[in-house]
Amino acid sequence: MGKERFPVGGRLRDGTLKALLYAFLVAYAFVCLYPFFLMVVSSLKSTGEIFQSPFGLPESPSLHAYRMAWETGNFREYFLNSVLVTASSVALILLAGSMAAYPIGRHDFRGRGFLYLYFLGGLMLPIKLGVVPLFFLMTSLGLYDTRLSLVLVYAASGMPFAVFVLSAFFRTLPRELEEAARVDGAGEFRIYWQIMLPLVRPALATVAIFNFIQLWNDFFFPLVLIQTDGLRTLPAGLANFFGTYQNDWALIFAGLTITSLPLIVLYLFASKQIVRGLTAGATKG
Amino acid sequence: MAEGGRKWGGWRPVHLLFLLPALLLYSLFVVYPMVSALRFSLYEWNGLERVAFSGLENFRILFTRYPYNQEVWDALRHNLYLFAVTMVAQNAFALFLAVVLDRGIRRGRTLFRNVFFLPHLVAVVVVGFLWSLILNPQFGALNRALEAAGLGALAHPWLGDPDTALTAVALVNAWSWVGFPLIIFLANLAGIPEEYHEAARLDGAGGWQAFRYITLPLLAPSITIVTVLTFIGNFNAFDLIYAMGGSNGSPGGSTDVLALLFYRIAFAGNDPNAVGVSNAMAVLMFLVVFAASVLYLRWRGRGEVTY
Repeated sequence: MGKERFPVGGRLRDGTLKALLYAFLVAYAFVCLYPFFLMVVSSLKSTGEIFQSPFGLPESPSLHAYRMAWETGNFREYFLNSVLVTASSVALILLAGSMAAYPIGRHDFRGRGFLYLYFLGGLMLPIKLGVVPLFFLMTSLGLYDTRLSLVLVYAASGMPFAVFVLSAFFRTLPRELEEAARVDGAGEFRIYWQIMLPLVRPALATVAIFNFIQLWNDFFFPLVLIQTDGLRTLPAGLANFFGTYQNDWALIFAGLTITSLPLIVLYLFASKQIVRGLTAGATKG
Repeated sequence: MAEGGRKWGGWRPVHLLFLLPALLLYSLFVVYPMVSALRFSLYEWNGLERVAFSGLENFRILFTRYPYNQEVWDALRHNLYLFAVTMVAQNAFALFLAVVLDRGIRRGRTLFRNVFFLPHLVAVVVVGFLWSLILNPQFGALNRALEAAGLGALAHPWLGDPDTALTAVALVNAWSWVGFPLIIFLANLAGIPEEYHEAARLDGAGGWQAFRYITLPLLAPSITIVTVLTFIGNFNAFDLIYAMGGSNGSPGGSTDVLALLFYRIAFAGNDPNAVGVSNAMAVLMFLVVFAASVLYLRWRGRGEVTY
């Protein structure tokens, strides 16, 4: 590699231009971060203080709004529902998805190609558009207005991506491992569970992260499939809350913070895996 | 395995055991509803009861009966506008950011990328509510900041004025999504060998020329992906619009879009035939998204550069 680089095409040498670029990047970083800063700071103020000095730091920071949102505003239930629904859905996606991906990725049988395409078709379907029949289906199964309805829809809609990524990973594992286990008398399920599954852990992590973020943030299905306020997940509960406490801004900022904080904290610790997982999800999915 | 393998093309009972949970879930809760949507759209409905097979009548109603015939075209127009703004304010800007991060600077690349990506991680409803507070004419930070900067004349009820509401929503949408095309472009840029730029430099290419004739063509695959995903995402856009303009696309329907209209017909209207009309709409939306993706991927597939 040559020592001299040229602007834009190579890397910049020019000091002024570089300083300008950094100034621009810092300015845009501010645009990205400031709304969240404002959100957290406002949640620690009183509503009157938000109105009087929207930009100032809270004079006496208080968690009052959080206590109100958590207790009176049902955020305790919303939060619990979100954890429950998201965790069960992701677990189901990983289990059922990897089980299906295993024979599709490793075994040769008639109809394998068709099954693969059948699952992959789901990557193209905007599942939202099937929501009316889904509503009917859930009603007739007696699942309307239950958290289980969300888990089933989420798990099902996560299947295409899980099968796609995991079958590709299973395919790359060496044959010898499986044959050695078979000689030792291991059954098909034990080979899958004890040998193959641990080896595709990175792919499982990708699938888990990709789905976790989507499902935690989903607003549409809880809006349509859940009626009881206490069964709502965070985004849908937040919408209801927003309507009820329209003028109590401190409360609303607290609600927004409670909804987004888990993902922001997760991102602080695992940004690399999250970006990698979502890149794989986007370009392959 | 050998015996059964020949007879059944390699099928063994254990395969079914492995496949069953995923097949059941996916068939029942994804495939079946999608197929049913098509079926539902061909019937006349009375509340939750199917009345009679009506062929394409629901599709005709959607385009001829008031108010659908007006709402559909308005919503479509708004979707196209949203798409145009997103392509410029979000994707072109993301491309610029990606080139700056990849070639312009050396230090802090990952940090900037992570910061720019953060808004995309937060639920779109949160983004929508947060920005509707920032744009609030009473106490919103934006107008207050304009006033503080002596630009009080520019202060405006951004979301309350039908002339600015949709643009405001589109820009907030771009703000929240920019990180997504950015990481795709960055991943693609990282894969372009340095020698290509070296060679261009030896041939006397300037910065812009190198970008235009080397970088841009090599980015074609990710530009295709980003464009198609933007188009599909745009037809699905619901959460942000709902959070910022309510279920009616306030003010005055100026932020109404197809997905919102679909939701309204299906769940918030009083047409006894809501099921028929809403599913006709779902089928049309599915066809548009599907056809556009296939056509575009084919068209771009021809002109793509591989390396």
